[in-house]
Amino acid sequence: MNGPTFLGTPAFPSAARTALADTRLRHNLAHATTTIRRKREEAVAEVDDWEALREAGRAVKERTLRHLDRYLLQLEERVTAAGGRVHWARDGQEAARIVVDLVQATGEREVVKVKSMTTQEIGLNEALADAGITAYETDLAELVVQLGQDRPSHILVPAIHRNRAEIREIFLRAMGEHGRAAPADLSDDPQELAEAARRHLREKFLRAKVGVSGANFLVAETGTAVVVESEGNGRMCLTLPETLISVVGIEKVVPTWQDLEIFLQLLPRSSTGERMNPYTSSWTGTTADDGPGAFHLVLLDGGRTDTLADPVGRQALNCIRCSACLNVCPVYERVGGHAYGSVYPGPIGAVLTPQLRGTAAESDRSLPYASTLCGACYEVCPVKINIPEVLVHLRARVVDEGRTRKVPSPERLAMAAARSVLAGPSRLAAAQRAAAAAGRLLGRDGRISRLPGPASAWTEARDVPVPARESFRAWWRRTHR
Amino acid sequence: MNARTEVLSRIRRALADVPEGERPEDVPVPRAYARGGTAAAGSPQVVELLTTRLADYGASVHLVSEGAAPTVIAQTLSARGAACAVVPQGFPPAWLAALDPHRVLDDRPRVPVRELDRVDSVVTTAAVAIAETGTLVLDGGPGQGRRALTLVPDHHVCVLRAEQVVARVPEALARLDPVRPLTFVSGPSATSDIELDRVEGVHGPRTLHVLIVV
Ligand code: SF4
Repeated sequence: MNGPTFLGTPAFPSAARTALADTRLRHNLAHATTTIRRKREEAVAEVDDWEALREAGRAVKERTLRHLDRYLLQLEERVTAAGGRVHWARDGQEAARIVVDLVQATGEREVVKVKSMTTQEIGLNEALADAGITAYETDLAELVVQLGQDRPSHILVPAIHRNRAEIREIFLRAMGEHGRAAPADLSDDPQELAEAARRHLREKFLRAKVGVSGANFLVAETGTAVVVESEGNGRMCLTLPETLISVVGIEKVVPTWQDLEIFLQLLPRSSTGERMNPYTSSWTGTTADDGPGAFHLVLLDGGRTDTLADPVGRQALNCIRCSACLNVCPVYERVGGHAYGSVYPGPIGAVLTPQLRGTAAESDRSLPYASTLCGACYEVCPVKINIPEVLVHLRARVVDEGRTRKVPSPERLAMAAARSVLAGPSRLAAAQRAAAAAGRLLGRDGRISRLPGPASAWTEARDVPVPARESFRAWWRRTHR
Repeated sequence: MNARTEVLSRIRRALADVPEGERPEDVPVPRAYARGGTAAAGSPQVVELLTTRLADYGASVHLVSEGAAPTVIAQTLSARGAACAVVPQGFPPAWLAALDPHRVLDDRPRVPVRELDRVDSVVTTAAVAIAETGTLVLDGGPGQGRRALTLVPDHHVCVLRAEQVVARVPEALARLDPVRPLTFVSGPSATSDIELDRVEGVHGPRTLHVLIVV
């Protein structure tokens, strides 16, 4: 992951401080995360075999990762046999260059895009723009972000930090500059806003010759790619263009078609809190007389093999990007996605970004500390990634690496104080058990009754929010009712 | 070293902790979740569940008898005010009996997408439906057509037979052929991007009518 992501991103604590001062952002976020938490809980509660599905999902991912080379080769063979072409990229830059070359080979100057974390990660839109190719984002939230010249702040709802009035303003101001303008009498009714997006983008879909997507899953056994979405913009991009280019991380492969029966149940309920998302598309290579005649699959490493090399950190590659962990995270809810300085925010971002990108930058080194270790993320994760365990493990790594740096960083001071608690997962578990005994950490109503021991390390080192010098715990009690 | 060789060798290096002789099947995958349905495919229970689930998404659902199907299809289109509908190859001709043939396009030769954008409705069958999640799956088989047909028009009428309705996701996947391009449709197109309210209708058909022939 060499994404130029967010240049000059400050380390998490100071970015968080800025975000916390933005009351509108906090209000929008709190509203959104509360709504979606409730929906997810309901959707999960009606499934009687949820825990069995989670365990199966985790196990399939473990099996895949431990034999990843074999599954990727099988996938490559099947995709190729079905008429697709497979490209390999060591890093984001290489992946972006492959895509640029492929688009240039078609002679086209514009592409339509389905929302994809991976293409954001590799800075694809910027690379295309440098080559004189315009990339149109077609997901409603991505459109809001793109038109607002903004950055996504949530995996699932990238414009979660924008409310309807702001979206209306952005549409009125910017749509006309990029195509069909929004009607002058546009209101902030979500239905009308969606209608404006439909009209604005329809023209682009109908003339598009090249589509660019990611994929939620790749099936090794059959060479099938799967995209899960809501709006139908994905279907447009996957179906109407003549050429389809999908950029997918190597960890997205699953062994068999049957395995999808697990993930197609886990993902929608965890993600949007729906029994099933409105549209899921799957395709295998190319099909005569249906959809693009040319299909390119770009397989991206971009730090994934570094993540794979750490037997504890490896589980972060299980992630199916549902964003449930963001929505339950007390830290994310207060500071939003931008403070994490990466396309992967929230708890998963805190464990994935430093592994994909390394910890050379202060902003990435501070990420494993962007957590209270309350454990809510682990509880909701549909593929059972033990995020607190990985966080603690990464903190230890950051500190060890820090020994070779001369300047004592706040992380090291915090670690020195909390060393005995943080030394290993078993001690962390003990600390969490102790904390849990005092009451549920994160109640269903979203209140924290008590923070666990390790959290205080973060609190002390970080002198989190407003007003200065108030402890996280005291601040949380005071503000989060 | 080219990228492919390098990525593969990085993976092998990263997996140094995996014992030499370990095979994928040595990593256990417990499938303790429900694979079969609570009720048999096509039973009144699954049909009723599908109906409720689809209605939750804002789709209109009607149960019809084989004999009444042609009339109900025609009524659905005329109530919509549809001037013309595209109907893919292989759709049961008997079900089209009550339609004015001049208002039916058969996608042969292929209707260009710009024209498809002016077609009011599309009428198709489906490959399978999943009751628990309120999902229709189209696989491009007879009566379903290429994917663009059920995407560009704003109104989709989907006609299925009760025996195509299964209870759960695993049963549906077992019936499907992944080599075919598949579209899983759970209600009309929708977005939750604005303050997480589900709003129907962005790019796919904004109105979905489902007729279940029982
Ligand atoms: S870590 Fe788990 S909960 Fe978080 S986005 Fe990934 S799959 Fe979802």
